[in-house]
Amino acid sequence: MSDLEHAAEQSREKSHASERHFMRFTPGQRYLHAALFTSFLGLAATGLPLRFSESIWARGLAKGVGGFGAILFFHKFCALVLTAAFLIHVKDLFTRAFVHREKGIFWGKTSMVANWKDVKDLVGHLRWFVGLGPKPQFERYAYWEKFDYWAVFWGMIVIGFSGYAMWFAPFFARFLPGWALNAVLVIHSEEGLLAILFIFSIHFVNTHLRPDSFPMDMVIFTGVESEEEFKHKRPLEYEGLKAQGKLEARIGDAPGIWQINFSKVVGFTAIAIGLVLLVLTLSAYLRE
Amino acid sequence: MKTVSSIALAFAALALVFGPGRGMAQANSDCLACHADASMQDGSGHSISVDGHKFGASLHGSLKCVDCHTSIKEYPHPEQITAVKCESCHADQAEGLAGSVHSVKAEHPCTSCHGDAHSIFPKNDPRSAVYALNVPRTCGACHGNDAMAKKHGLPNVYPLYMDSIHGFALGKEGLLVAANCQSCHGSHHILSHKDPQSPTYKANIPKTCGTCHAGISANYMGGVHGKAVARGNLKAPVCTDCHTAHAILQPTEAAFRMQSTPICGSCHKEKLSTYHDTFHSQLGSLGGYVETARCWDCHGAHDVLPASDPRSPIAKANLVTTCGKCHAGANASFVNYQPHANARNRKLNPALYFVRLFMNLLLAGTLTFFVIHTILWLIRSRYDQIKKKAAEGGNHV
Repeated sequence: MSDLEHAAEQSREKSHASERHFMRFTPGQRYLHAALFTSFLGLAATGLPLRFSESIWARGLAKGVGGFGAILFFHKFCALVLTAAFLIHVKDLFTRAFVHREKGIFWGKTSMVANWKDVKDLVGHLRWFVGLGPKPQFERYAYWEKFDYWAVFWGMIVIGFSGYAMWFAPFFARFLPGWALNAVLVIHSEEGLLAILFIFSIHFVNTHLRPDSFPMDMVIFTGVESEEEFKHKRPLEYEGLKAQGKLEARIGDAPGIWQINFSKVVGFTAIAIGLVLLVLTLSAYLRE
Repeated sequence: MKTVSSIALAFAALALVFGPGRGMAQANSDCLACHADASMQDGSGHSISVDGHKFGASLHGSLKCVDCHTSIKEYPHPEQITAVKCESCHADQAEGLAGSVHSVKAEHPCTSCHGDAHSIFPKNDPRSAVYALNVPRTCGACHGNDAMAKKHGLPNVYPLYMDSIHGFALGKEGLLVAANCQSCHGSHHILSHKDPQSPTYKANIPKTCGTCHAGISANYMGGVHGKAVARGNLKAPVCTDCHTAHAILQPTEAAFRMQSTPICGSCHKEKLSTYHDTFHSQLGSLGGYVETARCWDCHGAHDVLPASDPRSPIAKANLVTTCGKCHAGANASFVNYQPHANARNRKLNPALYFVRLFMNLLLAGTLTFFVIHTILWLIRSRYDQIKKKAAEGGNHV
């Protein structure tokens, strides 16, 4: 077999062209995630230099972009984008729950709301890590994914509220006590730091860099995942759909090459920016 | 000046009595017969030529050569003549100089500042080396010299001064009232700033600057710093501590706004530390965005007063106005904000202390749990993956 033929065979093996793909996220959800992570990266990149304004890199960055008037402007702009994404998501939830009367949004197997099974899954997962039990079988959303979701949900409310309180301090002062104006900066910067550290280390590893998904879980970009991955990662949802005969309804197109490449460029850029910011944050935080 | 002219008169009288003749030093024209030669040099190669016209037009033009060169009694005069003694006429200045930092005469002859004695002009004449606009250049001949500065352990102040607001006013605008070197240091009786008699001694600085800046000096003397200095507390800042002595900047300049907070903070350490925790500092320390509040934007600059004084800009009744300078819409509730709150101090700021504690515990708790969770997960997944691949033939491990 020539080198070229060998390479061609390997490429066919890799492409899984014959494999079925299942929809996991709607285009709307994917766009919302894109708006979420781009504005979050922007907020982190412009917020960190303020949080660690004493460090050399922060001052260098400030000089580079032409002063902090510019950075503050960009921070506020990203904040508005993220606020819009948040409001669209909340509106979407309400429409699905109260207009379309969609079931299972607030409770059940496909809900983001934590339930008793999540507690059991967490304990079971931890036991599996150290070899004390079998690997738990996960539903549509596993407990760490629900945690990610609610951490971001709570984070956006807390960081957003404290941020707007600083932006429009005289207005917020009408109904907040004096010390709250001091507290909002502490809350904003600590919660922001937590979000940055969590997303750029825990979320990146749990969702993208762990061996099952390495180097990146493309599902949030392409919307679909392969049958093998679906079965492996979310066995209960897969079996449930199969039992109900709804599995076929979820079959989607395999992602195109351009879609995969585009997702890779965007995704790896985001991860790279995140990791650089993580290193800068840790270096500044540990020196404080 | 009176002494000079009476001596000149005496010599003129003598000349009249004895008339011209061999053996007597005579009219300046006699001296110039030889010394007008521009190439004339003494044994060691120094020029000993004199431009008669220039001399005649100078401040000393009415004098005779022998009035100063007193050892010359006859012509031809001896090869070695004694040095001219300026102090024989200028006794007060010589006395001042003798007790000054420039007292070593060999290093600082009168001519080192005043220039050639044959072409000296009054100090209000632009041709004079000590004319106000020429003073910095004259002093800078030595005090702008790195080697000289190093030798005497002094800063090289000339470039600092020339770039300062005083140097700009004097050098670029030609303002005669702008402070030049001698406005602050004096001229003949210059003393070290360590000498309590010196106008540049710390306790005397407010008075020295106040010579011109009378209004600000009065403000300053009414504030806590001025009062402390007047009481003899030399730890309190005087003008130069914030504005520096030579490199004085326009206080609205970005560079000055950037350098000023650490200066206040060098004494008010705890206040600087709590200021660093605030948004004012975070934005401000990054350059570019220099409009954020610095110490004196709230406390006042010269007449700093404690919050208990009703005239202070940080007195409770004045806060809405003070904060309102930047924060349009500031109200009574808004000014309850504490610009120096210390989230690490439970007694002073209990609410803030517990907010910070809660946030820190949340941060540490969440991250600790998930870091352990993720590391264990990584190890277990990788272990399973390797085991699975090994079972499939191990080609990828």
